[in-house]
Amino acid sequence: MATIHVDIVSTEESLYSGEAKCVFAPASRGEIGVYPRHTALLSTLKPGEVRVETEQGEESIYVSGGIIEVQPEVVTIFSDTAIRAHDLDEARALEAKQRAEEAMANATGDQEIGATQAALAEAMAQLQMISKMRGKKIKG
Amino acid sequence: MASGKEIRTQISSIKNTQKITSAMEMVAASKMKKAQDRMMASRPYSEKIARVISHLTYAHSEFKHSYMQDVEKTERVGMIVISSDRGLCGGLNTNLFRKVLKEVSDLKAQGVEVELCTIGKKATSFFKNSGLKIVSVLTDLGDTPHFNDLLGTIKVMLDSYDEGNIQKLFVVHNVFVNTMTQKPTFNQLIPMKAEEVDGLDHHWDYIYEPDAEDALSALLVRYIEALIYQGLVENIACEQSSRMIAMKSATDNAGEMVKELELVYNKARQAAITQEISEIVGGAAAV
Repeated sequence: MATIHVDIVSTEESLYSGEAKCVFAPASRGEIGVYPRHTALLSTLKPGEVRVETEQGEESIYVSGGIIEVQPEVVTIFSDTAIRAHDLDEARALEAKQRAEEAMANATGDQEIGATQAALAEAMAQLQMISKMRGKKIKG
Repeated sequence: MASGKEIRTQISSIKNTQKITSAMEMVAASKMKKAQDRMMASRPYSEKIARVISHLTYAHSEFKHSYMQDVEKTERVGMIVISSDRGLCGGLNTNLFRKVLKEVSDLKAQGVEVELCTIGKKATSFFKNSGLKIVSVLTDLGDTPHFNDLLGTIKVMLDSYDEGNIQKLFVVHNVFVNTMTQKPTFNQLIPMKAEEVDGLDHHWDYIYEPDAEDALSALLVRYIEALIYQGLVENIACEQSSRMIAMKSATDNAGEMVKELELVYNKARQAAITQEISEIVGGAAAV
Protein backbone atom coordinates (compact mmCIF):
# COMPACT_ATOMS: atom_id res chain seq x y z
CA MET A 1 0.00 0.00 0.00
CA ALA A 2 1.20 3.47 -0.90
CA THR A 3 2.23 5.69 1.95
CA ILE A 4 2.92 9.38 2.30
CA HIS A 5 5.67 10.91 4.38
CA VAL A 6 4.41 13.17 7.15
CA ASP A 7 6.40 15.74 9.08
CA ILE A 8 4.81 17.73 11.85
CA VAL A 9 7.10 20.37 13.30
CA SER A 10 6.83 23.28 15.67
CA THR A 11 9.49 25.94 16.15
CA GLU A 12 10.64 24.39 19.37
CA GLU A 13 10.60 20.70 18.44
CA SER A 14 9.74 18.06 15.87
CA LEU A 15 6.36 16.54 16.80
CA TYR A 16 6.02 13.70 14.33
CA SER A 17 7.97 12.31 11.42
CA GLY A 18 7.17 9.12 9.55
CA GLU A 19 5.19 7.29 6.88
CA ALA A 20 1.41 7.32 7.01
CA LYS A 21 -1.60 5.97 5.14
CA CYS A 22 -3.39 9.26 5.36
CA VAL A 23 -3.54 12.50 7.32
CA PHE A 24 -6.45 14.63 8.46
CA ALA A 25 -5.90 18.27 9.27
CA PRO A 26 -8.16 21.19 10.26
CA ALA A 27 -7.62 23.47 7.23
CA SER A 28 -9.08 26.94 7.23
CA ARG A 29 -12.09 25.89 5.15
CA GLY A 30 -12.88 22.70 6.98
CA GLU A 31 -11.09 19.47 7.69
CA ILE A 32 -9.15 17.93 4.82
CA GLY A 33 -7.99 14.37 4.38
CA VAL A 34 -4.74 13.82 2.52
CA TYR A 35 -3.95 10.49 0.87
CA PRO A 36 -0.76 9.61 -1.04
CA ARG A 37 -0.42 11.37 -4.43
CA HIS A 38 -2.61 14.24 -3.38
CA THR A 39 -2.22 17.32 -5.53
CA ALA A 40 -0.05 20.19 -4.24
CA LEU A 41 -1.85 22.26 -1.65
CA LEU A 42 -0.97 25.10 0.65
CA SER A 43 -3.33 26.11 3.40
CA THR A 44 -3.50 27.76 6.77
CA LEU A 45 -4.73 25.66 9.67
CA LYS A 46 -7.28 26.37 12.35
CA PRO A 47 -6.65 25.25 15.91
CA GLY A 48 -7.62 21.62 16.14
CA GLU A 49 -6.56 18.05 15.91
CA VAL A 50 -4.25 16.52 13.30
CA ARG A 51 -4.79 12.79 12.88
CA VAL A 52 -2.16 10.62 11.27
CA GLU A 53 -3.25 7.11 10.25
CA THR A 54 -0.37 4.69 10.10
CA GLU A 55 -0.06 0.91 9.71
CA GLN A 56 0.28 0.65 13.48
CA GLY A 57 -2.72 2.77 14.33
CA GLU A 58 -3.73 6.36 14.68
CA GLU A 59 -1.77 9.25 16.15
CA SER A 60 -3.45 12.42 17.23
CA ILE A 61 -1.65 15.72 17.67
CA TYR A 62 -3.16 19.02 18.69
CA VAL A 63 -2.11 22.12 16.77
CA SER A 64 -3.00 25.68 17.71
CA GLY A 65 -3.01 26.82 14.11
CA GLY A 66 -0.30 26.81 11.50
CA ILE A 67 0.29 25.86 7.90
CA ILE A 68 0.01 22.68 5.87
CA GLU A 69 1.95 22.05 2.70
CA VAL A 70 1.04 19.03 0.61
CA GLN A 71 3.23 17.62 -2.11
CA PRO A 72 2.34 14.29 -3.81
CA GLU A 73 4.79 12.32 -1.62
CA VAL A 74 5.24 14.58 1.39
CA VAL A 75 3.00 16.42 3.82
CA THR A 76 4.55 19.05 6.06
CA ILE A 77 2.60 20.63 8.89
CA PHE A 78 3.98 23.67 10.66
CA SER A 79 2.38 23.99 14.04
CA ASP A 80 2.26 27.38 15.71
CA THR A 81 3.64 27.68 19.20
CA ALA A 82 2.58 31.28 19.54
CA ILE A 83 -0.94 32.47 19.93
CA ARG A 84 -1.70 34.79 17.09
CA ALA A 85 -4.29 37.44 16.84
CA HIS A 86 -4.12 40.67 14.91
CA ASP A 87 -4.65 43.00 17.86
CA LEU A 88 -2.25 41.00 20.05
CA ASP A 89 0.48 41.37 17.42
CA GLU A 90 -0.22 45.09 17.19
CA ALA A 91 0.19 45.48 20.93
CA ARG A 92 3.45 43.54 20.87
CA ALA A 93 4.78 45.64 17.99
CA LEU A 94 3.89 48.82 19.86
CA GLU A 95 5.79 47.59 22.91
CA ALA A 96 8.90 46.88 20.85
CA LYS A 97 8.74 50.37 19.35
CA GLN A 98 8.33 51.97 22.75
CA ARG A 99 11.39 50.12 24.04
CA ALA A 100 13.37 51.48 21.07
CA GLU A 101 12.24 55.03 21.80
CA GLU A 102 13.12 54.66 25.47
CA ALA A 103 16.55 53.33 24.60
CA MET A 104 17.20 56.22 22.24
CA ALA A 105 15.88 58.87 24.63
CA ASN A 106 17.49 57.58 27.84
CA ALA A 107 21.10 58.29 27.32
CA THR A 108 22.23 56.94 30.66
CA GLY A 109 23.23 53.41 29.85
CA ASP A 110 26.36 51.85 31.31
CA GLN A 111 28.46 53.00 28.41
CA GLU A 112 27.44 56.64 28.78
CA ILE A 113 28.24 56.60 32.47
CA GLY A 114 31.72 55.31 31.65
CA ALA A 115 32.23 57.87 28.91
CA THR A 116 30.95 60.72 31.05
CA GLN A 117 33.19 59.71 33.93
CA ALA A 118 36.19 59.69 31.62
CA ALA A 119 35.26 63.14 30.31
CA LEU A 120 34.83 64.38 33.88
CA ALA A 121 38.23 63.05 34.92
CA GLU A 122 39.80 64.77 31.93
CA ALA A 123 38.14 68.08 32.77
CA MET A 124 39.28 67.79 36.40
CA ALA A 125 42.85 67.18 35.29
CA GLN A 126 42.69 70.21 33.03
CA LEU A 127 41.36 72.36 35.86
CA GLN A 128 44.13 71.20 38.17
CA MET A 129 46.71 71.99 35.49
CA ILE A 130 45.25 75.45 34.98
CA SER A 131 45.23 76.24 38.70
CA LYS A 132 48.84 74.99 39.01
CA MET A 133 49.98 77.20 36.16
CA ARG A 134 48.14 80.16 37.65
CA GLY A 135 49.85 79.56 40.98
CA LYS A 136 53.23 79.60 39.26
CA LYS A 137 52.45 82.79 37.44
CA ILE A 138 51.41 84.50 40.62
CA LYS A 139 54.58 83.32 42.33
CA GLY A 140 56.77 84.31 39.38
CA MET B 1 60.27 44.70 46.28
CA ALA B 2 56.81 44.18 47.71
CA SER B 3 56.69 42.85 51.22
CA GLY B 4 55.56 39.30 51.99
CA LYS B 5 52.19 40.33 53.32
CA GLU B 6 51.31 42.41 50.25
CA ILE B 7 52.11 39.53 47.93
CA ARG B 8 50.08 37.14 50.04
CA THR B 9 46.96 39.37 49.80
CA GLN B 10 47.47 39.68 46.06
CA ILE B 11 47.70 35.90 45.70
CA SER B 12 44.58 35.32 47.70
CA SER B 13 42.59 37.90 45.73
CA ILE B 14 43.68 36.32 42.44
CA LYS B 15 42.68 32.94 43.79
CA ASN B 16 39.23 34.29 44.61
CA THR B 17 38.84 35.64 41.09
CA GLN B 18 39.98 32.29 39.77
CA LYS B 19 37.26 30.55 41.76
CA ILE B 20 34.64 32.83 40.21
CA THR B 21 35.87 32.39 36.66
CA SER B 22 36.09 28.63 37.00
CA ALA B 23 32.55 28.51 38.41
CA MET B 24 31.36 30.64 35.49
CA GLU B 25 33.14 28.30 33.11
CA MET B 26 31.30 25.30 34.52
CA VAL B 27 27.93 27.07 34.47
CA ALA B 28 28.49 28.13 30.86
CA ALA B 29 29.49 24.58 29.91
CA SER B 30 26.28 23.12 31.26
CA LYS B 31 24.16 25.88 29.74
CA MET B 32 25.93 25.42 26.43
CA LYS B 33 24.78 21.82 26.23
CA LYS B 34 21.16 22.85 26.76
CA ALA B 35 21.44 25.75 24.33
CA GLN B 36 22.86 23.40 21.70
CA ASP B 37 19.98 20.99 22.23
CA ARG B 38 17.50 23.80 21.74
CA MET B 39 19.31 24.89 18.63
CA MET B 40 19.06 21.36 17.25
CA ALA B 41 15.39 21.09 18.23
CA SER B 42 14.43 24.20 16.30
CA ARG B 43 16.33 23.17 13.18
CA PRO B 44 13.72 20.81 11.67
CA TYR B 45 11.17 23.63 11.53
CA SER B 46 13.43 26.09 9.75
CA GLU B 47 14.78 23.42 7.39
CA LYS B 48 11.31 22.19 6.46
CA ILE B 49 9.94 25.67 5.98
CA ALA B 50 12.94 26.58 3.82
CA ARG B 51 12.13 23.55 1.69
CA VAL B 52 8.55 24.68 1.24
CA ILE B 53 9.75 28.15 0.29
CA SER B 54 11.98 26.69 -2.39
CA HIS B 55 9.07 24.60 -3.69
CA LEU B 56 7.12 27.82 -3.81
CA THR B 57 9.59 29.52 -6.13
CA TYR B 58 8.85 26.79 -8.67
CA ALA B 59 5.09 27.05 -8.35
CA HIS B 60 3.61 29.03 -11.20
CA SER B 61 1.39 31.14 -9.05
CA GLU B 62 -0.51 34.09 -10.50
CA PHE B 63 -0.08 35.91 -7.23
CA LYS B 64 3.43 37.12 -6.42
CA HIS B 65 3.98 38.07 -2.82
CA SER B 66 5.89 41.28 -2.21
CA TYR B 67 8.40 39.47 0.03
CA MET B 68 9.60 37.47 -2.95
CA GLN B 69 9.98 40.29 -5.44
CA ASP B 70 13.23 42.10 -5.98
CA VAL B 71 13.09 45.86 -5.75
CA GLU B 72 14.85 48.00 -8.31
CA LYS B 73 16.19 50.70 -6.07
CA THR B 74 17.22 50.36 -2.46
CA GLU B 75 17.19 53.52 -0.39
CA ARG B 76 16.97 52.10 3.08
CA VAL B 77 17.51 48.68 4.56
CA GLY B 78 16.52 47.13 7.86
CA MET B 79 18.90 45.08 9.98
CA ILE B 80 17.98 42.88 12.89
CA VAL B 81 21.03 42.54 15.11
CA ILE B 82 20.97 39.67 17.57
CA SER B 83 23.36 39.93 20.52
CA SER B 84 23.58 38.61 24.03
CA ASP B 85 22.12 40.26 27.12
CA ARG B 86 25.22 39.71 29.23
CA GLY B 87 28.89 40.34 28.76
CA LEU B 88 31.98 38.33 29.73
CA CYS B 89 31.76 36.20 26.63
CA GLY B 90 34.98 37.07 24.85
CA GLY B 91 34.85 38.96 21.59
CA LEU B 92 31.54 37.50 20.54
CA ASN B 93 29.46 40.68 20.49
CA THR B 94 32.31 42.99 19.51
CA ASN B 95 33.12 40.96 16.42
CA LEU B 96 29.48 40.99 15.41
CA PHE B 97 29.10 44.74 15.92
CA ARG B 98 32.29 45.44 14.01
CA LYS B 99 30.90 43.51 11.09
CA VAL B 100 27.63 45.42 11.27
CA LEU B 101 29.42 48.79 11.39
CA LYS B 102 31.51 47.85 8.37
CA GLU B 103 28.44 46.82 6.42
CA VAL B 104 26.64 50.00 7.47
CA SER B 105 29.49 52.21 6.29
CA ASP B 106 29.64 50.27 2.98
CA LEU B 107 25.93 50.84 2.53
CA LYS B 108 26.23 54.51 3.42
CA ALA B 109 28.90 54.89 0.76
CA GLN B 110 26.30 53.67 -1.72
CA GLY B 111 23.78 56.15 -0.34
CA VAL B 112 21.72 53.54 1.43
CA GLU B 113 20.44 54.27 4.92
CA VAL B 114 20.07 51.71 7.66
CA GLU B 115 17.36 51.12 10.24
CA LEU B 116 18.18 48.84 13.13
CA CYS B 117 16.30 46.44 15.26
CA THR B 118 18.32 45.30 18.24
CA ILE B 119 17.80 42.11 20.17
CA GLY B 120 19.79 41.80 23.39
CA LYS B 121 21.05 44.44 25.80
CA LYS B 122 24.55 44.57 24.37
CA ALA B 123 23.41 45.51 20.87
CA THR B 124 20.96 48.06 22.24
CA SER B 125 23.51 49.91 24.34
CA PHE B 126 26.17 49.69 21.62
CA PHE B 127 24.08 51.06 18.77
CA LYS B 128 22.31 53.68 20.87
CA ASN B 129 25.30 55.97 20.42
CA SER B 130 26.13 55.05 16.86
CA GLY B 131 23.78 57.62 15.37
CA LEU B 132 21.81 54.88 13.63
CA LYS B 133 18.07 54.78 13.90
CA ILE B 134 16.79 52.03 16.16
CA VAL B 135 13.18 51.25 15.43
CA SER B 136 12.60 48.34 17.74
CA VAL B 137 14.26 46.77 20.75
CA LEU B 138 13.96 43.45 22.49
CA THR B 139 15.93 42.60 25.64
CA ASP B 140 15.89 40.29 28.65
CA LEU B 141 15.06 37.13 26.77
CA GLY B 142 17.01 34.89 29.08
CA ASP B 143 18.45 31.52 28.13
CA THR B 144 15.18 30.05 26.95
CA PRO B 145 13.60 32.53 24.58
CA HIS B 146 9.99 31.98 23.57
CA PHE B 147 8.75 32.38 20.10
CA ASN B 148 5.99 34.69 21.36
CA ASP B 149 8.50 37.26 22.58
CA LEU B 150 9.90 37.76 19.11
CA LEU B 151 6.69 38.47 17.26
CA GLY B 152 6.28 42.15 18.15
CA THR B 153 9.82 43.05 17.17
CA ILE B 154 9.57 41.22 13.89
CA LYS B 155 6.23 42.81 13.11
CA VAL B 156 7.73 46.28 13.42
CA MET B 157 10.27 45.43 10.73
CA LEU B 158 7.74 43.72 8.47
CA ASP B 159 5.34 46.65 8.79
CA SER B 160 8.19 48.95 7.91
CA TYR B 161 8.75 46.90 4.77
CA ASP B 162 5.06 46.82 3.90
CA GLU B 163 4.85 50.59 4.21
CA GLY B 164 7.81 50.95 1.89
CA ASN B 165 10.20 52.43 4.46
CA ILE B 166 12.77 49.73 3.89
CA GLN B 167 13.44 47.75 0.74
CA LYS B 168 15.54 44.97 2.20
CA LEU B 169 15.71 43.21 5.52
CA PHE B 170 18.72 41.43 6.99
CA VAL B 171 19.32 39.49 10.14
CA VAL B 172 22.77 39.47 11.73
CA HIS B 173 23.81 36.92 14.31
CA ASN B 174 26.58 34.53 15.25
CA VAL B 175 26.49 31.12 13.63
CA PHE B 176 27.54 28.19 15.76
CA VAL B 177 30.27 26.41 13.81
CA ASN B 178 31.62 24.46 16.76
CA THR B 179 32.49 25.13 20.38
CA MET B 180 35.67 26.98 19.48
CA THR B 181 34.36 28.93 16.49
CA GLN B 182 31.46 31.31 16.12
CA LYS B 183 30.99 33.18 12.91
CA PRO B 184 29.17 36.52 12.62
CA THR B 185 26.82 36.15 9.67
CA PHE B 186 24.49 38.27 7.55
CA ASN B 187 21.32 36.71 6.19
CA GLN B 188 19.00 38.40 3.77
CA LEU B 189 15.38 37.84 4.78
CA ILE B 190 13.54 39.98 2.26
CA PRO B 191 13.52 39.69 -0.72
CA MET B 192 13.80 35.98 -0.17
CA LYS B 193 16.42 33.86 -1.74
CA ALA B 194 15.44 30.23 -2.14
CA GLU B 195 17.55 27.20 -2.81
CA GLU B 196 17.15 25.24 -6.01
CA VAL B 197 15.30 21.94 -6.06
CA ASP B 198 15.42 19.36 -8.82
CA GLY B 199 12.38 17.80 -10.43
CA LEU B 200 9.92 20.58 -9.86
CA ASP B 201 10.38 22.56 -13.05
CA HIS B 202 7.22 21.31 -14.79
CA HIS B 203 4.17 23.55 -14.80
CA TRP B 204 2.25 23.26 -11.58
CA ASP B 205 0.76 25.33 -8.81
CA TYR B 206 -0.64 24.83 -5.36
CA ILE B 207 -4.27 24.83 -4.44
CA TYR B 208 -4.42 27.68 -1.96
CA GLU B 209 -6.81 27.86 0.96
CA PRO B 210 -8.38 30.26 1.87
CA ASP B 211 -6.68 32.12 -1.01
CA ALA B 212 -3.21 32.60 -2.42
CA GLU B 213 -2.52 35.86 -0.64
CA ASP B 214 -3.52 34.73 2.83
CA ALA B 215 -1.82 31.37 2.61
CA LEU B 216 1.37 32.87 1.22
CA SER B 217 1.60 35.70 3.73
CA ALA B 218 1.02 33.27 6.58
CA LEU B 219 3.77 31.03 5.26
CA LEU B 220 6.30 33.76 4.48
CA VAL B 221 5.82 35.52 7.81
CA ARG B 222 6.38 32.22 9.59
CA TYR B 223 9.47 31.61 7.50
CA ILE B 224 10.98 34.94 8.49
CA GLU B 225 10.09 34.38 12.12
CA ALA B 226 11.58 30.92 12.02
CA LEU B 227 14.85 32.26 10.62
CA ILE B 228 15.07 34.92 13.29
CA TYR B 229 14.19 32.49 16.07
CA GLN B 230 16.80 30.09 14.74
CA GLY B 231 19.29 32.95 14.74
CA LEU B 232 18.43 33.77 18.30
CA VAL B 233 18.82 30.27 19.72
CA GLU B 234 22.00 29.83 17.72
CA ASN B 235 23.36 33.07 19.13
CA ILE B 236 22.63 31.85 22.65
CA ALA B 237 24.56 28.66 22.02
CA CYS B 238 27.41 30.81 20.69
CA GLU B 239 27.25 33.05 23.75
CA GLN B 240 27.54 30.14 26.16
CA SER B 241 30.38 28.43 24.34
CA SER B 242 32.21 31.70 23.88
CA ARG B 243 31.82 32.49 27.59
CA MET B 244 33.02 29.04 28.51
CA ILE B 245 36.20 29.51 26.52
CA ALA B 246 36.77 33.07 27.76
CA MET B 247 36.36 31.91 31.37
CA LYS B 248 38.60 28.93 30.84
CA SER B 249 41.43 31.11 29.60
CA ALA B 250 40.82 33.56 32.45
CA THR B 251 41.10 30.70 34.94
CA ASP B 252 44.30 29.48 33.29
CA ASN B 253 45.79 32.96 33.31
CA ALA B 254 44.93 33.42 36.97
CA GLY B 255 46.68 30.11 37.73
CA GLU B 256 49.81 31.31 35.99
CA MET B 257 49.75 34.63 37.83
CA VAL B 258 49.43 32.82 41.15
CA LYS B 259 52.44 30.65 40.27
CA GLU B 260 54.60 33.65 39.41
CA LEU B 261 53.54 35.52 42.52
CA GLU B 262 54.30 32.53 44.72
CA LEU B 263 57.81 32.46 43.28
CA VAL B 264 58.26 36.15 44.06
CA TYR B 265 56.87 35.57 47.55
CA ASN B 266 59.28 32.72 48.26
CA LYS B 267 62.23 34.75 47.03
CA ALA B 268 61.25 37.64 49.28
CA ARG B 269 60.86 35.29 52.22
CA GLN B 270 64.27 33.71 51.55
CA ALA B 271 65.91 37.12 51.25
CA ALA B 272 64.41 38.16 54.56
CA ILE B 273 65.69 35.00 56.29
CA THR B 274 69.15 35.36 54.78
CA GLN B 275 69.31 38.94 55.95
CA GLU B 276 68.23 37.98 59.44
CA ILE B 277 70.88 35.24 59.66
CA SER B 278 73.63 37.54 58.44
CA GLU B 279 72.55 40.12 61.00
CA ILE B 280 72.69 37.53 63.80
CA VAL B 281 76.07 36.27 62.61
CA GLY B 282 77.34 39.83 62.33
CA GLY B 283 76.05 40.57 65.84
CA ALA B 284 77.68 37.41 67.29
CA ALA B 285 81.04 38.29 65.66
CA ALA B 286 80.93 41.75 67.19
CA VAL B 287 80.50 40.36 70.71
